[in-house]
Amino acid sequence: MTQTNRLPSGGRLDRNRPVTFKYNGTTYSGFEGDTLASALLANGVDVVARSFKYSRPRGIVAAGADEPNAVLQLGATEATQVPNVRATQQELFDGLVAASTNGWPSTDNDLMSYIGKVGGRMMPPGFYYKTFMYPQSLWDTYEKFIRKAAGIGRSPTENDPDIYDHMNHHADVVVVGGGPAGLSAALAAGRAGAQVILADEQAEFGGMLLHSNELINDAPATEWVAAVVAELQTMDNVMLLPRSTVNGYHDHNFVTIHERRTDHLADLAPRGQVRQRMHRIRAGWVVLATGAIERPLVYANNDVPGCMLASAVSTYIKRYAVVPGNELVLMTTNDQGYTAAFDWQDAGRKVVAIVDTRAEPTGACVAQAQQRGLKVIKGSAVIEVKGSKRVSGVLVASIDAAGDRVTGNVQQLACDTVASAGGWSPAVHLACHTGSRPEWREDIQAFVPGKTVQRQLTAGAVHGSYTLRACLEEGIQQGMLAATNAGFGEQIAGQIPVPTVTETAAGPVMTLFHVPHTKPTSRAPKQFVDYQTDVTAAGIEVATREGYESIEHVKRYTAMGFGTDQGKLGNINGMAIAAKSLNKTIPETGTTIFRPNYTPITFGAIAGRHCKELYDPKRYTAMHRWHLAQGAKFEDVGQWKRPWYFPKPGESMQDSLNRECQAVRTSAGILDASTLGKIDIQGRDAREFLGRVYSNAWAKLAVGKCRYGLMCGEDGMVFDDGVTACLAENHFIMTTTTGGAAGVLEWLELYHQTEWPELEVYFNTVTDQWATMTISGPNSRKLLAELTDDIDLSGDSFKFMDWKEGTVAGVPARVFRISFTGELSFEVNVQANYGMYVWERVFEVGAKYNLTPYGTETMHILRAEKGFIIAGQDTDGSVTPIDLGMSWCVANNKPFSYIGKRGMAREDCLKENRKQLVGLKTRDPEVVIPEGAHAVENPNQAAPVPMLGHVTSSYYSACLGHSIAMGFIRGGHDRMGETVYYPQPDGSVIEAEICSPIFLDPKGERQNV
Amino acid sequence: MFSIYCPYCEEHREEEEFHAKGQAHIARPRDPESCSDKEWGEYLYFRDNPRGLHHELWVHAAGCRKFFNITRDTQNYEIKETYKIEAEPRITATQAQ
Amino acid sequence: MSEQMLAEQQTLIPVYALMDQLPETEGPRPESPLCHADLASLAEQGSREGGVRLQEQALLGHLVLRGSLQNESFVQGFAQVMGMALPGALESAAAGDASVRWISPDEWLLIVPGKQAFSLEKQLREVMAGHFSIANVSGGQTVLVLAGQDAVNVLKKSTGYDLRDRNFPVGKVVTTTFAKTQAVIRRTGQQEWELVVRRSFADYVWLWLQDASAEYGLTVTA
Repeated sequence: MTQTNRLPSGGRLDRNRPVTFKYNGTTYSGFEGDTLASALLANGVDVVARSFKYSRPRGIVAAGADEPNAVLQLGATEATQVPNVRATQQELFDGLVAASTNGWPSTDNDLMSYIGKVGGRMMPPGFYYKTFMYPQSLWDTYEKFIRKAAGIGRSPTENDPDIYDHMNHHADVVVVGGGPAGLSAALAAGRAGAQVILADEQAEFGGMLLHSNELINDAPATEWVAAVVAELQTMDNVMLLPRSTVNGYHDHNFVTIHERRTDHLADLAPRGQVRQRMHRIRAGWVVLATGAIERPLVYANNDVPGCMLASAVSTYIKRYAVVPGNELVLMTTNDQGYTAAFDWQDAGRKVVAIVDTRAEPTGACVAQAQQRGLKVIKGSAVIEVKGSKRVSGVLVASIDAAGDRVTGNVQQLACDTVASAGGWSPAVHLACHTGSRPEWREDIQAFVPGKTVQRQLTAGAVHGSYTLRACLEEGIQQGMLAATNAGFGEQIAGQIPVPTVTETAAGPVMTLFHVPHTKPTSRAPKQFVDYQTDVTAAGIEVATREGYESIEHVKRYTAMGFGTDQGKLGNINGMAIAAKSLNKTIPETGTTIFRPNYTPITFGAIAGRHCKELYDPKRYTAMHRWHLAQGAKFEDVGQWKRPWYFPKPGESMQDSLNRECQAVRTSAGILDASTLGKIDIQGRDAREFLGRVYSNAWAKLAVGKCRYGLMCGEDGMVFDDGVTACLAENHFIMTTTTGGAAGVLEWLELYHQTEWPELEVYFNTVTDQWATMTISGPNSRKLLAELTDDIDLSGDSFKFMDWKEGTVAGVPARVFRISFTGELSFEVNVQANYGMYVWERVFEVGAKYNLTPYGTETMHILRAEKGFIIAGQDTDGSVTPIDLGMSWCVANNKPFSYIGKRGMAREDCLKENRKQLVGLKTRDPEVVIPEGAHAVENPNQAAPVPMLGHVTSSYYSACLGHSIAMGFIRGGHDRMGETVYYPQPDGSVIEAEICSPIFLDPKGERQNV
Repeated sequence: MFSIYCPYCEEHREEEEFHAKGQAHIARPRDPESCSDKEWGEYLYFRDNPRGLHHELWVHAAGCRKFFNITRDTQNYEIKETYKIEAEPRITATQAQ
Repeated sequence: MSEQMLAEQQTLIPVYALMDQLPETEGPRPESPLCHADLASLAEQGSREGGVRLQEQALLGHLVLRGSLQNESFVQGFAQVMGMALPGALESAAAGDASVRWISPDEWLLIVPGKQAFSLEKQLREVMAGHFSIANVSGGQTVLVLAGQDAVNVLKKSTGYDLRDRNFPVGKVVTTTFAKTQAVIRRTGQQEWELVVRRSFADYVWLWLQDASAEYGLTVTA
């Protein structure tokens, strides 16, 4: 296809670089420098979308981030699919593939539009809430239908091959927006010596100057832009970020910027390059120079393709050399709007009429229009558009001075394009992100950034200064002020002259949002306020009539501003219509609040490098490589990778567990226990401190001895446990659960720093310092004896719960005789750099004892056979030591009221019939109760059935030949021998007998040999 | 994301380095045994939730590991001051009134 | 000698457990936290012109010292044994092979050649009295040196800390976040930083650094 709407010359295009692209399967051509939108318009593509609710054909309206309709799906391959791309912001590259996202089955010919046509009256605002909320069970069906019909786009089904990352910065001044105000601000702050970051969402800096007819210093504005950019580029203290949208302005001047580094080059980023980068910036001062967004006027059928913003028309003509039609009718409330008609005429196409809503416009532009021979229809408005897939004409009528009603006869004009200029809305979005409410300025009839606690300045159109001179002047002022505030700039104050600009005399602006029709709003053809969510003026009036008075409620009821454009075009019009309908002023009605992100952002940019292998740290022990080589299956415990079990070829998991358990019970097994938290505690008051944080007694623990302790919260509930050894009189080493290590250390520090700073004690984490291997089983003593010649391992000398220092395999070690399996066990700790060496030596001598490595699952079974709890599995923050049947671990005679003591004495903790931990033996020894299963007294009782408690640990014990379980039962400690029932989801019921949780060796003879 | 001045490191750090630990100045009763269940419950569970100035306990978890206090406006998230654990706030809601 | 020290010496019960954690002979083979990455081979093979250079300074002696600046014997004792003063907030100091980093108002990290850790701990304990602690963490962490013209960019991807010269001059040290873990970061040169990371996170940090420096080219040095 030829580019029928392309002008033979002009625009900021590289005509030597033609590119081809595909849209909805058709190949088109454009030039480098085009956006996808400008190229589509150049090729005469009118319809780019079907609307959300009514399925009406929609065309390109705007030229920037405010575009509501041309929201396309990009991607040449499945893996590179990107939904939700605004064609107005996507630079064209050779080979680009785009598709419209709605329109089912096709955008040009949409079945849904028939529903839309007849269904208009049947789909009032609130339709989705009213209809699709119930029944809940059908939501899945509805959602699929709505998504497909509404064209929200789709995510790729294959992995994204591109690289994304994050980069952190600190800057004295961040300037948002690279138009005349932003460039001036960056220049001023940069010259002052401040570290400056200037970001603009477009490929080129310059903003509106890139399509402006205005002169700066008597030369085209683009020359000034080029000179400023060139100077900024030479400054080491200035970082320029083009193609970078400041998407979020967060607390304490934290700014997030989404930089698209390669999206303009190709479908897939060049090899090794980062496609998109999220800059996270802590700014000293922020200068918002975000400009303003032109408001469309709300008139009947204002969504027919060919209806555009006046400024967008100028942008397409001047910047992209594209005239998006042949015959233009311009409707404007202000002088600036005239520019579009002049540009249109200069491009050699026909201006049918300028419809000025003001009765007596006085600006210089009116005379200029007359000089140009253009027809100006004053005191009138375009009240309705004719046409369906493209504008074919307009109805023009005179209106009253207030813009409330049609006063004269209606005339029809033929045209194919309607440009509307309804005035400007400052882009206050970022200023709102931190909770600041925008303020209404009566003089310019617009919201501007309101009071804020941020170190924020504004320059140019964002706070309502619309003339070029004001933008340049304020940019310099605010840039300088930002630099001065940040500690720079005194030396250059007043040294940057404001460039000269010729000003044209502008006449007053008419306040008009909603163009009247000959029919009442409810009967007139649809007058769209929010294109993306198909909200009409009539819809907003319905909402207010139904009693919605808060603008936030109107928003939620109508869905106004809920689209991916966050209502950039429609919100102010909508609020004005709501205000009028409620007989209030706009400031009384107020505005909804904008939130991050300013424009949609890819998940890739949010995730950055934190994906795949780097999603979360994986922590490894010193022996990890050995486990890998042995084919271990791993379990995540916190961030640690722990061996779960070590399958041999052909084994099922249960086979492996049975083998590992038997090895420990009959000969020897070894567990890598390095992940247990270890805290080195030193100081004269270490012992006293232990007594305060553990529920049991520590005063008499002798050097060389170890003790198990339970740690409770102030509420008396167990939250961690472990063995602590007395290394020396003032020196202890505490172990914690693997997952609890960091939390316990912080807990100790909390109490030391905030409650008991007088206690002389220091805590240091030594978790990573020690490689810990637990050798367990009846042959563990014989095995270890082969590796040490300086530790007396005999039962008389090295008793249960003793620890000794010596060498193992020639490496200095601390050996703890503690047991979590119930077997004779030695826990060998060596400096972690020697962990692998010692581990391998242990296996060299262990072969003859059938030394078997075991993982966490076997450890769980072995400890459950002994009734040992695992904090976090058998506890859930609601159980006391007493509930666990561990009153032996509670020393209430300690002089200090330890943490948990008072909590345990609360009425609720003392009451009878609390849930208590017991053992559970199934009637059928082969059945393993699922963990989490709830016990009931009588499985045949009608619902609701009282729950007695749940199963916390449950396994098959190969050593015992039957399943074992632990769980909570109300009053369970006094119900030994009774039967409870566990109903299963499949209807079956597991019957179990309450028993002691110690299934094996209740006297502890095996570990005491 | 907050920028928080650590009174021990004596400079501003990113919020990612800190953990919030709830309301500040909740002293553990000196004699827990003499507390009624109600008093103990107050100590354990009941916290202020002001609209405006709030004193909070934070810890510089990924930095110096010291606990300290922050006076923060819960309406606009402005941090008015940070102070060491043994210190009293200089800015309080009653002053502000 | 203070009364307390006298009292401590008179009792037979040891007050602190001091342990030489290194084997007496060269037989047992130590493995640093990044041993598995075989950085030595990578240094042989890899490019020499990357924008980022990485080196592991493995198997050094790491001692965590805790004490109060009000404790004179702690402060003086350190100066006496190490020949340098304990640095103030966010500062570091070096003397010969030894370097010490401020970590917290009552915490410093001393890094020395691996074999000196035990004897230095012993000497420090002999001259220090009152409330202090020393923990040997030589096996629990490792030192990575990141250098080159793009090293600062890799750090900017990894930590939110303000790395600008005026905030982070050579010699300054901070404990901060690093990707999703933490590091003690010391600036050792205009284009050189030292990272102290925990053993169990070392592999994660290594993977992260490879990924984050890919666009600049990574050179591993032995």
